[in-house]
Amino acid sequence: MTFLVALPVLLPLLAAALSLVAGRSPRVQRLMGVVVLTVIAAVAAVLLVRADSEGPVVLRLGGYGPPFGITLVADRLSSLLLLVSALVTLAVLIFSVGQRITDFGRTTASTAFHPMYLVLCAGVSLAYLTGDLFNLFVAFEMMLGASYVLITRRVTAQRVRPSMTYVIVSLTSSLLFITMIALVYTATGTVNLAAMPDKIAALPAGVQSSLALFIVIVFGIKAAIVPLHFWLPDSYPTAPAPITAVFAALLTKVGVYALIRTQTLVFVHEDSWAVLLGVALVTMLVGALGAIAQNDLNRMLSFLLVSHIGYMLFGLALFTVIGLAGVILYVVHHITVQGALFLVSGLVTRHTGTVSLQAMSGVARGYPLVAVLFAIPAMSLAGLPPFSGFVAKIALLQAGAEVGTPMAIAVTAGAVVTSLLTLYAVTKIWVGAFWGPPAEPLPDDDPNDDVTVGTGSTSTAMLGATGGLVLISVLIAVFAGPLADMSERAANDLLHDEGYRSAVLGEGDG
Amino acid sequence: MVVTINITMAVTLAGLYSIGFYLLMQRSLMRVILGIVILGHGANLFLQVAGGPPGEPTFAGTAVLEAMVDPLPQALALTAIVITFALTTFLLALAYRSWALLGHDEVQDDVEDRRIAAAERAAREVEEETPESERVAGFEAPEAPESRPGEDDEEARLR
Repeated sequence: MTFLVALPVLLPLLAAALSLVAGRSPRVQRLMGVVVLTVIAAVAAVLLVRADSEGPVVLRLGGYGPPFGITLVADRLSSLLLLVSALVTLAVLIFSVGQRITDFGRTTASTAFHPMYLVLCAGVSLAYLTGDLFNLFVAFEMMLGASYVLITRRVTAQRVRPSMTYVIVSLTSSLLFITMIALVYTATGTVNLAAMPDKIAALPAGVQSSLALFIVIVFGIKAAIVPLHFWLPDSYPTAPAPITAVFAALLTKVGVYALIRTQTLVFVHEDSWAVLLGVALVTMLVGALGAIAQNDLNRMLSFLLVSHIGYMLFGLALFTVIGLAGVILYVVHHITVQGALFLVSGLVTRHTGTVSLQAMSGVARGYPLVAVLFAIPAMSLAGLPPFSGFVAKIALLQAGAEVGTPMAIAVTAGAVVTSLLTLYAVTKIWVGAFWGPPAEPLPDDDPNDDVTVGTGSTSTAMLGATGGLVLISVLIAVFAGPLADMSERAANDLLHDEGYRSAVLGEGDG
Repeated sequence: MVVTINITMAVTLAGLYSIGFYLLMQRSLMRVILGIVILGHGANLFLQVAGGPPGEPTFAGTAVLEAMVDPLPQALALTAIVITFALTTFLLALAYRSWALLGHDEVQDDVEDRRIAAAERAAREVEEETPESERVAGFEAPEAPESRPGEDDEEARLR
């Protein structure tokens, strides 16, 4: 049974290799990608059920006992996020294949896309499942390495500078990550996350908090927390729509996951952490205000992404069960909604031929289905009832009010304001893009790149994939009750981590 | 756990990190890449140093356990070296592509920043008769050979 934990990492890697070999037969590539991601989603569902009923599923690779060997751990949080991520990657893959078939026909192969996409998925899975800090680094590198290739594929003169920014910022944060591992290893003598807490607790308080802060900075760059977010709105919007969707949905969230995991498991925070609360507030407000100032649809969505990372930090910084439950719910909601919004933005730009909100108009009249597909995740993002964002936000606001320190109250108020600002931003998109008389699509301004915009054509696969993501976000709202219970149990695991640690370290039968 | 610090290593690490970050701040893309390379060396060396003082090689039966070095950081450093090596290669290829596409290897100013700087300058020089419109037009076409990035920025700073 425990071998299941390795599948979400092994399968996509194997499939990536095969996909590279099968570079000339697009049908095999597409089929393999879809099948593998479906299998991962199924495995994640099984793991989730098992982790929920019997505790974390632990796999010790190579038979080395803890804390020396590599361990893969699937607890409630990691398998839940794995499930949602697998569904989103599947939807984005279908969208991407649909777009490619629409643009270039059934027979044109895209040699690099499928293998790299699968490596990205493997990296994301490994980041969720890994039980040690160095493996987390390897997972990040797999994920980011693949993302460098995806963002620079068929790069043009306009896109090369932003891609360069992305690659260099990510590389710098990776090198800081290595530095952090070296520091942690010097201080504790282990890289196993479950073995770390005892060793960390024995360190002087100053060393503890500087390590904790260093980790926040390293993962903060990846998660685009506000003073470290500048690269994101510059680089993400330049990639083709499906790529941006998967980056926005997953990469930053993996950073947030790593933050949650390290700050709850490795470090002990007795009560809410004022510094992180302050950072959360600034992230929310700067992101939302930045979004309002934009005229470019994708840049606006990118700023909204930054802004909503703040909500996740807010719940984490409270360090209460309700706060963390809210974060988990929020991450699950945000992965689907942000992915859906970027896919819709891809559909909209194909119909209008531009990303400028001033230039586009009348999508609602011309393509009512696209308008519906935008409206649902947009309202969900703004936190309007009865959508998924409302459920997640209510949980966070309750948690903030319950902690009740002046700082927590201030951030709670900031969260409400950000919600309104988000609503304003998505209304601005709605008014700009969807209302008004339908306009002729502007011609593609850069015919050499991979993105064919302004064709006005979409296929059933593209609409279906976007619709599927929107449906998932609606289902999150429908099943909010059971999901909230699950998040609460997962949050409880995080704050009372004896179960996790004994499952990883205990009975060294490895 | 007693941590001993090798002062030579500490100084070397400090040197590598500071040179790496200094180069990372430069305008030329080649220097930025060199910065990444040197910073990578620093980080990988740091992983090695994290294993403690040097000792006997870790082969079973060749030395007593206490005399052996800690093999884990070596394994970690090896992995990290391979990863940084691969990504540096990718970065070099990307830099070459960027040079081929743009014709220079300067890191350009942010378009937004320049627009704001241009607006401020325009407000200040509203009565002067400088060919402002030409320069603003230059911002829109950064690939034009005359508009060397950074120049305008320095001008603004000098004022």
